[in-house]
Amino acid sequence: MRSLQFDIAHLLAGGMLVLSFLLIYQDRISATLNVFALQAITLALAVAWQAHFQNAPHLYVTAAVALAVKGFVIPAALHRIVRRLEIHREIEQVIGGGPTMILGLGLVALSISLVMPVGAGLSLIAREDLAFALAVILLGLLMMVTRRNAVTQIVGFMSLENGLVLAATGARGMPLVVEFSVAFSILIAFFVFGVFVFRIRERFDTVDVSALDRFRGERSDHL
Amino acid sequence: MITPLNAILWIPAFAVPLLALVPNYRAGAAINVIASGLTFAAGVSLLFAERVRSDILIIDDFNIFLVTVTTFVAFTTSIFSASYIGHELETGRLTPVFLRFYHALYQAMIGAMNVALVANNIGLMWVGVEVATLSTVMMVGIYRTPEAVEAAWKYFILGSVGIALAFFGTILVYLVAQDVLGEGLPAMAWDLMVQKAASFDPRMLSLAFVFLLVGYGTKVGLAPFHAWLPDAHAEGPTPISAVLSGLLLNVALYALLRFKMLLAANPGTLNVGIIMIVLGLVSLVFAAFMLFRRRDIKRLFAYSSIEHMGIITFAFGMGGALANFAGLLHMTMHSLTKSAIFFAVGHVTQVKGTQQIARITGLSVSHPVLAVGLALGVLAIAGLPPFGVFLSEFLLVSSTFARQPLLALVLVAGLLIAFGALVLRLQQVLFGKPSGSSGQVKASYVPLFLHLGFVLVAGLWLPEPIVRWFRVVAAQLG
Repeated sequence: MRSLQFDIAHLLAGGMLVLSFLLIYQDRISATLNVFALQAITLALAVAWQAHFQNAPHLYVTAAVALAVKGFVIPAALHRIVRRLEIHREIEQVIGGGPTMILGLGLVALSISLVMPVGAGLSLIAREDLAFALAVILLGLLMMVTRRNAVTQIVGFMSLENGLVLAATGARGMPLVVEFSVAFSILIAFFVFGVFVFRIRERFDTVDVSALDRFRGERSDHL
Repeated sequence: MITPLNAILWIPAFAVPLLALVPNYRAGAAINVIASGLTFAAGVSLLFAERVRSDILIIDDFNIFLVTVTTFVAFTTSIFSASYIGHELETGRLTPVFLRFYHALYQAMIGAMNVALVANNIGLMWVGVEVATLSTVMMVGIYRTPEAVEAAWKYFILGSVGIALAFFGTILVYLVAQDVLGEGLPAMAWDLMVQKAASFDPRMLSLAFVFLLVGYGTKVGLAPFHAWLPDAHAEGPTPISAVLSGLLLNVALYALLRFKMLLAANPGTLNVGIIMIVLGLVSLVFAAFMLFRRRDIKRLFAYSSIEHMGIITFAFGMGGALANFAGLLHMTMHSLTKSAIFFAVGHVTQVKGTQQIARITGLSVSHPVLAVGLALGVLAIAGLPPFGVFLSEFLLVSSTFARQPLLALVLVAGLLIAFGALVLRLQQVLFGKPSGSSGQVKASYVPLFLHLGFVLVAGLWLPEPIVRWFRVVAAQLG
């Protein structure tokens, strides 16, 4: 029984990591959104599994929030925005898919070598979960820096946040986890829809963040 | 029951919805000032109240003085803001609807900073820093010009990365503590953790600190994570620049120092002092050189904030009673001086109608009082005696010379370069043929000169209780 519990947790966390790699590899926005939704659903399963074997029913709330908000509502809304802005075909990567994947592999190696040797007091499963979570976080970061498009940057941030939720739920008995995950979802929803994309669209007719760079403050022609 | 501790948290919490609902902007500004004033009064009465702790909140020597400074600067900035926004409405840069939003966010930020300061639970502290950051993100973007949107977006992206890494560090600290303190709330209570820190796993604690350093360091504005800071200062409303520089950077640094205390209580941990020294000196020297190339007056002082955060981080990295004391004093002095400078800069940019330094000339002729205020502020921040900034920098330089002369050389070089740049820019602004309008400033000079007065007094004489708090905290910081 012990080993089954371990294997399933492993499978789900590993699945999230694989989906992270798919995310940084995708070069179309709509495909990116679908992969992200899949990752959020995997996260929900992983959290629910933690809730089950840690005997922590409140984690089911976190799982449900992840499933509903990040698995369905936000991807659907982003799909709509993307269609409205007519950018569903384009994605600009700062560096190509191949080098990004190699960088990603390096980050995974880094997170394993950082987390696995320390924390002798922790159970193996907690440490492995942590290593997986850190890898997902770092890949999310990588995605944020290798994409120039505002929508994909948000997806990168959300994927990073999936890693955080995985880490927080893997930490046995950590207080306030549910509150954190709910607060994060509200935050993301807020930023995604309310403020930035709309304004960026309204002001620039593009959500390509590099277009913003034209407006840097300190140029000599301002003088 | 109403205790001062509850008051500093609940007054802003009640003010947020109230301000969001009040349509009249004058009433909104007045409520903002009153709420900030009441919070400040509660912050002061905290000094005389009984020290309390729970697993969630704590009042100790460290945060009690920072709460006072924070609520004070928040109060004076709200007065400055009230005189600032009238002009923004006249020029049409802000509309009444956005002002409601602005005032509500202002109180949200103050409440969140107070939460971060008095939190004993490290998770709650994280929430406080984040909410404060995100409310400033929205205020930075409030003018909705392309520049402002870019600044807010950059701030949001970099801030989110900081958020994420700091949260991961917090989880790691909990995992370490949970081993010793058991599951649940006690394993996130800072004071319990410090008592037991010696038996924590040192390697994991060091790893956690690295994440916290990068995460909170992004918000402190340390190079190379500083990219958001100059834009956020330059494109947002000036009162927000004042609280960003004066308060939010301090609060982020405070969070980091709480964790440094944990490491100081555990002998087996990595020597994080070296990392902080390097980050601090890099920020200092980098910002000092960047000061020369600034054309925008608010960006100029934003880089000066990076420089000073570098100095403070360096001081805590050096450690030891004297350097820590200097660091704490410098935190306070920088907070008061930099916000005073932004008050002056806010009025200057409004009367001159531009932030470009080249277009602001002859201030001493057109607006003598404002020129005196700005000049005193800049001389104080540049580290001239008899102001308080000189005192803390002198303490730091002399204690560094005694221990690490080579590092002291770098420190002094950075300070001198920054001094040169600031004085150069200051004389461009003050002298020459007056530019722009010479119309009167509809402004209150009280906050500006009150801050400068405090900085002057602190440079000449530090009251006994403050010295005592600083000593106790300096010892805990290791």
